Parts: sequence; C-alpha cells; structure tokens
Amino acid sequence: MEEERLEEISDNNFDEKTDRKLVIPGEIIVSGEDYLPGDFTKKELNNIVANRYGLAEIRGRVVKIIPVSGVFEPRRGNNVIGIVSDINFSGWRMDIGGPWGAFLPLSEYPKFINRNNIEEIANIGDVFSLKILGVKRGSVDLTLKFRGLGKLEDGRIIKINCHKVPRIIGKEGSMINLIKNKTGTDIMVGQNGFIWLKGEFENERKAEEAIRLIERESASEGLTNKVEEFLEK
Amino acid sequence: MELSNINRKRIITLLKEGNRLDGRKPFENREIFIETDISNKAEGSARVRLGKTEVIVGVKLQTQEPYPDHKDEGTLIVGMEINSSAGDRYEPGPPQIDAIEIARVVDRGIRESKYIDLKKLCIKDGEIVWSVMIDIYGINDDGNLLDASFIGALSALKVTKIPVYIEEEGIKYDKTSEKYLPLTKNESLMMTFYKVGDNLLLDPNREEEDISNARLTLAISKSGKDKIIHSMQKGEIESISIKDLNKIIEEAENVYDKLSLELNKLITR
Amino acid sequence: MVYTKRSDGRKMDEIRPIRAQVGIVPNADGSALFATGNTIAIATVYGPKELHPANKRKPDRAMIRCEYNMLPFSVSERAKPGQNRRSKEIGMITENALSAVVDLRRFPQSVIDVQILIIQADAGTRCAGINAAAMALAHAGIVMKEMIASVSIGKIDDKIVTDLTKEEEDWSEGEGATDIPFSLTSNTKECVHLQLDGRISTKKFKEVIDAAIKSCDKIFEIQKRALKGEIIDENKKDKK
Repeated sequence: MEEERLEEISDNNFDEKTDRKLVIPGEIIVSGEDYLPGDFTKKELNNIVANRYGLAEIRGRVVKIIPVSGVFEPRRGNNVIGIVSDINFSGWRMDIGGPWGAFLPLSEYPKFINRNNIEEIANIGDVFSLKILGVKRGSVDLTLKFRGLGKLEDGRIIKINCHKVPRIIGKEGSMINLIKNKTGTDIMVGQNGFIWLKGEFENERKAEEAIRLIERESASEGLTNKVEEFLEK
Repeated sequence: MELSNINRKRIITLLKEGNRLDGRKPFENREIFIETDISNKAEGSARVRLGKTEVIVGVKLQTQEPYPDHKDEGTLIVGMEINSSAGDRYEPGPPQIDAIEIARVVDRGIRESKYIDLKKLCIKDGEIVWSVMIDIYGINDDGNLLDASFIGALSALKVTKIPVYIEEEGIKYDKTSEKYLPLTKNESLMMTFYKVGDNLLLDPNREEEDISNARLTLAISKSGKDKIIHSMQKGEIESISIKDLNKIIEEAENVYDKLSLELNKLITR
Repeated sequence: MVYTKRSDGRKMDEIRPIRAQVGIVPNADGSALFATGNTIAIATVYGPKELHPANKRKPDRAMIRCEYNMLPFSVSERAKPGQNRRSKEIGMITENALSAVVDLRRFPQSVIDVQILIIQADAGTRCAGINAAAMALAHAGIVMKEMIASVSIGKIDDKIVTDLTKEEEDWSEGEGATDIPFSLTSNTKECVHLQLDGRISTKKFKEVIDAAIKSCDKIFEIQKRALKGEIIDENKKDKK
C-alpha cells in the first residue's frame, strides 16, 4: 500500500527551490499575458488572482496555490483512513473527515459477506484503511478491493492537518521511514490526515511528537535535521 | 474525528497502567492559561484555556430588590452558553455536556463556599442590593468544560470592580469605584473526576471525556488544616462505586493544594 | 448645532484604531479577531462539513450558517444571552455578504459554520463581525474570489463621518445621526451588504459611497497583513 500511496501523493515537491509566497483571496499573484491559472487561481484580464489563502507557486507558465489550511477535499484514488460511524443494510457509513459523508458498500468488501454478520466484519468505531472510488455530489464512495487495504487492529489514530501529509511522508517516504525506524513504530498515513500508529507506549508517543513537530514546522528549512535530532534524544 | 474502538481500547488499557496518551498522569491537569480584563464593558472578565478547551467569562453588576428571605444580601446568577460548533463533532445534535448543568454546578461551587461576601453587596437593606451576574461562553470544547468554566468564573470574579452607584440616578457604568468585589478567604476550587473504564482521572481531553460515562464534581475549600467540601454533583449515566467515592475524596485533598498553588501564580489581583 | 469636532478627536473620515489577528482560536478551522476602537469581534469558522439534518442540505451548493452573538457582558447594561431577532437578522445579512464571494458550488450539500462573538461593543459591531468573519473564512482555506471589508458610515447632523462610536450613534441634535453600515468586496468593489437608519438626502449619498470605499481600502490592507501573520494593534502605534 505504501508504494501505491506515495505515487499518488500530489507532486507538491517542497524540495525544489521554487519561490513561494503566502497570498490571500483576491490578491494578484502575477501579471502577464503568458501566465496560466492553475489550482485555486483565476485569470482576470492579464492578472492571475488567488482564490484561496495559501502558497502561490509559479512553475513555468502555470501559477497555482498550494493550500496550507482547510478541510480534506476527497479525490478519486485517495488512500484514506476511516472510522465506521453507522451501519445499514447496504454497507457502512464512514468518517473520513471533509465536507461529505463517505460510504463503503457491501459490494466493495473483498470477500463474500453474510448479511447477518455485517457487524462482525465492521462495527461502529472500527478503523479501516480504504481507497476512494469516486466522489459524486454530496457523497464519497469507498472501496476495500485493493491490496493492503483493510481493518486496522490495535494501535490508535490521530488527526493532523491533511495538507501536511506530503511533508510527513517525505520524498519517496524518507521522512516517515525515518520516524518508523527510529521509534520502531508501525505507521500508516491517510491522505485525509488521519494517521494510524502502533508501537510500544513511549516510542509511539515519540513518533506522534515527531509528526506534530513536522506539522507545526512544515515550512522551515532543515526540517529533516530537526526531526533527526528530536528522534535521537 | 469520530471516537474509534482502537483509541477507546488504548486509552482504557493505558489508564490501567497509570498512563495517558498525552503523557500525563491520571490526576494531572493540562496547562492552564489565564488572561483577565478582556472586555472593558464587563465589570470583570477573563479568558481561560485548559489545554485546548477555552472559555470566556464576564461579570456584570446590576442592582435589584433583594430576595424576601435575604433582605440584606446581594444576589448571584450564573449563565452559560456553548458555541454550537465548539467541539466540531462528527455527530450532529446538542453538545454532550449541558450548558445548563455547567452553569448550575459552577453557581453552587461559588455560592455554597460563600466566596463572594454577599452581605457586603447590600446597598440599602431590604430595598436595593447588587446582583452579580456571571456569564460563561464556551468557545472550544476539548474536554472538561466544567472545570475550565469554574476557573474562568473565579478569574473573572477576582478582577471584578464595582461600578459607581448614585441613588436617584442609578449605576454609572463608565465610572468605577475602584473597589474590588468583596471576596472572602473561602476560595473554593472545583475539580471533576471522570471514570474511564475502571479508573479515575482528572481533566480529560475530548476523547477521554467521550469514553467516560460517569463523573463527580466537587468544590473544595481550605479551612485551617481541613479541606471542606461545599458542593458535589455526580453526572452522566453510569454508577461510581463507594471505593471510587473514597478514592476521589482522598485524591481531592492533594489536588486542591496543587491546583491552588498553580492558580495563585496565574491570577493576580 | 453643527457637528464640527468628533469627541475622540478623529478626523471625519478616520477609522478608529484597528486591531487584527488570525488564528485567535487555534482549534477552529479558521479564526480571526477584528476590533475598531472599543468594539471587538472574534470569528470562528468550521467547515465545510457534513450538514445534518439531510433535509436542510442544498443539492448544488454549500450553505453558510452564521451565528452572531453579543456576549451579555459586552455592553454596559447586561444583555440577555441567546439569540434574539436582532442577532438573527445580523446573522442573516452576514451570511448573505459572505455568500457573495465564497465558491459555494465547490462543496454542495455541506455547511460552513461561522460564529461571530462580540466581546466588547461600542457601535459598529456587525461591521467588525463581517471583517473578522471574512478573515476567518480565508484563514480556513475556504475558496473565495476576494475579501470583504465592512465599515459603518454615518451622517451626524450634516457631516458624513466614518466609523461611528455609540456616543455618535446616539447623537440627537440637529438632523440627528444616520447609521449606514456598508460592506464591499476587495477587487470588484461591489456592495455585498448595505443598511441605513435615519435621514439623508439622495444628493448626499454619493459622499457616503466615497467614504465607504476609502475606509474599506484601508481595512483590506490590514486584513492582508493579518492573514500574512502580522498581529496588528494600532492602539500601540505612536500618534503623530
């Protein structure tokens, strides 16, 4: 599951030295005929205008905004972690954060299910790693029919700002693997900002602290060193 | 984020070993932050954070006729409202803890200890007295709004000044008499013990409070070497054992001393 | 009697000293404080999130639900807590103002909850609330075309003045006081909220529009600086 997820993480590659400045809605990022409006921007006459609070980035001709705040926006293909919030005859409602309810239908469970023991498979409060099959108006469809997805037992989950997920995973998983190795903790990061941890108590706390550190200081230089230092203590 | 089974199990298991997810000990409270005088229209006000739980409290003084059975005493009223989005709950519906219950519990904690010297709030015996109105607003609920509200009320009361009252003219709110609200030495502190699994703890965060189904609030003051209980309230639907009850009362004595020290450092008149 | 001098010494077109800051309630998705003179408003934003009950959902767009709350101790004579008709109306006009700039179609069927708290009131509370709410929405990462600024323009006797205090609102001599809260968008300079109480000739109204645009421009600058991390407190500035 790790490999699949990493490829799908958007290419907000923070290692590239591109100038990013914080802009607000309505702010003119850049002026010029040649520029093209990317995510969360709009072209008005010759100006590229921001439509969201975030970091403006210009790559070539395309100007886009990288969000730093805001709720999780579900996209098809996202790997997320969810908590069962309700059960009905056709499947399970899940909390994955974000603006809409999410649903895992019986048909998207990878094994045959006897309708009489739906609760045994997934009861309210159970935690799963899932994939988003599709987002239609007002609801999100989930599936378990991919390798590596399924129920998460033991451990615990925490919630972080979903926009910091790329930073927490790091280039090709470097950051998250650093934390996993140094703390001997099993970690699974959902693109919705829900993170599952499982390890020995003190180590697990250390892993959580490291994740919170990255969440707080995601914009700083030398973050990897800071995290290494923290984990050595 | 909905409370998950794995978190619930984890919290309960850890608590059996005397551990909590944020590293605290069972009877350790979160960091307290107090800022006073946040509203110049209030006679006294405070903003309090207990961890991420946050309340704003204001005290207004008005005049009224005294109650017939307390003709020479001022009056006290406590009200509370909670920001309906304050907890950002997944579940729709009213907040889990009732604002009315909090208001009444905080009220009794202050009233029964006789912390405010109501007799000194008499302007004219049998005719006109000061009425102390405490309004609490819960801005964010990350567990234990009860105790946060009490600390807020206490902090606001300590900085409350009485406005000028002129017979025939009424209250001149823009003038202060520079006199503080008359408070006695009977300062009571409120602490709520929550039962989580089979164990007890203080100052839960949101998840811990969600798991808990029984709590006991006490307001305690000190008199010489003794600790005096002024009010109690058991809340929520499950029972607490006699063993729990004894443990709570025993622990409350220690907690009073620690909390008293901490609060005195934070609020200065 | 003609109104020639303002009691706090301000120029006719001068806003009171402004305080502005974002992130004031860290647990909200977005939050901000906006104060002018003695009027202080705090706004918190949660969402977009699932809207319950389902029958309240709008099929093709998000809903902005705004609650305006004057805390009982925000005024000299304690105000009764809870919602009344005035606060419900202000909630509604704020929802309307914010809806004009927010991309509601992006999150159909969801709700964006906005809470405005007035912790200290000295007139201009709905304007301070709108200013704080706009900042809090932006801070929460809500997709919006532009910002909104709000100011209460007044006419005292025959003078157009900016940002009335309660004392000025209560002015009763001559033609009395007319109160005109006005909210504009930052780029397109369109009016998203406008109310008026009092008496003003149609000819004089143009002056009101000019005064509003001028003040809103100043507020837009302040909102931008606050969103970029500055904690602004003009009370601490040295007066010339």
